[in-house]
Amino acid sequence: MHVVYPVVLAALLFSVGVYGVLARRNAILVLMSVELMLNAVNLNLVTFDVWLADTLHSGQVLALFVVTVAAAETGLGLAIVLLLYRNRRTVDVDSLRALAEGDPPARDRPAEPVSRDVP
Amino acid sequence: MNGPGGVGYLPPTGAEVLLWLMGAVALGSAVLVVTTRQVVHAALWLVVTLGALAGCYLVLTAELLAWVQVLIYVGAVVVLLLFGLMLTRAPVGGVAGLDSGNRVVALGVAVATAGVLVSAVVTGFRDAYADLGAAGSAGAGSAGSLGQSLFRTWVLPFEALSVLLLAALVAAVVLSRGDLGER
Repeated sequence: MHVVYPVVLAALLFSVGVYGVLARRNAILVLMSVELMLNAVNLNLVTFDVWLADTLHSGQVLALFVVTVAAAETGLGLAIVLLLYRNRRTVDVDSLRALAEGDPPARDRPAEPVSRDVP
Repeated sequence: MNGPGGVGYLPPTGAEVLLWLMGAVALGSAVLVVTTRQVVHAALWLVVTLGALAGCYLVLTAELLAWVQVLIYVGAVVVLLLFGLMLTRAPVGGVAGLDSGNRVVALGVAVATAGVLVSAVVTGFRDAYADLGAAGSAGAGSAGSLGQSLFRTWVLPFEALSVLLLAALVAAVVLSRGDLGER
């Protein structure tokens, strides 16, 4: 097995994930694209582990750890997205501009006034 | 274009052809994940991508990892994502507004990333050859040998990961129960 094939496949999968993260609006679809990127990294880890014939299996063990961390990340990410949905009634990442510079459009303001300290 | 081991690119071995096929399936369904207009279909295409990647792991002799991939990713993560889609009342029918306005910029960035990564790895690993059937590598990715190295060499990070999972569990519960902070 030439190492180039799985590694190029991983690079292409990673790029597809990058496109998904940048182009999607639904926060859960963004999470899916992040999973694609993590899987590309896992394919790299497995390939290099097999290539180097590591006796400690560090590549495959690290890939297992990445799978675990990805599961934890998905759980937390979904909890955050659900909290967002409960507060703002949307999971559209383009319309969540509370941290953007300049005045946010009127539809993006939170329902309740946040400037309580203004006299 | 022979490597140091004298292994040419042609003819491809059976494992390489299998990896091409699985890779084509994985890549095609990954593109569908990021372009489909139906959110539930995106999750289902993600299942296809992850399954094909599990097949790639099997070809690369990483047995245990392939089954872990099927169990955790296809079994748990995708179901979790589907739960998220349902709980946020995602539109089930096809909608046009799933893609952001900066799709062209995103495509440019993705193509640039692909160009940099592919040219870098092709330059770097053109001669690298992994011998899948080497004498010392038989059963290297099986549950037995991977478990031995996991519970001997890597046992401390393994235990640290269980603490991380517990922390993530508690954090998810705290985040999704809005009434905990008010007591």
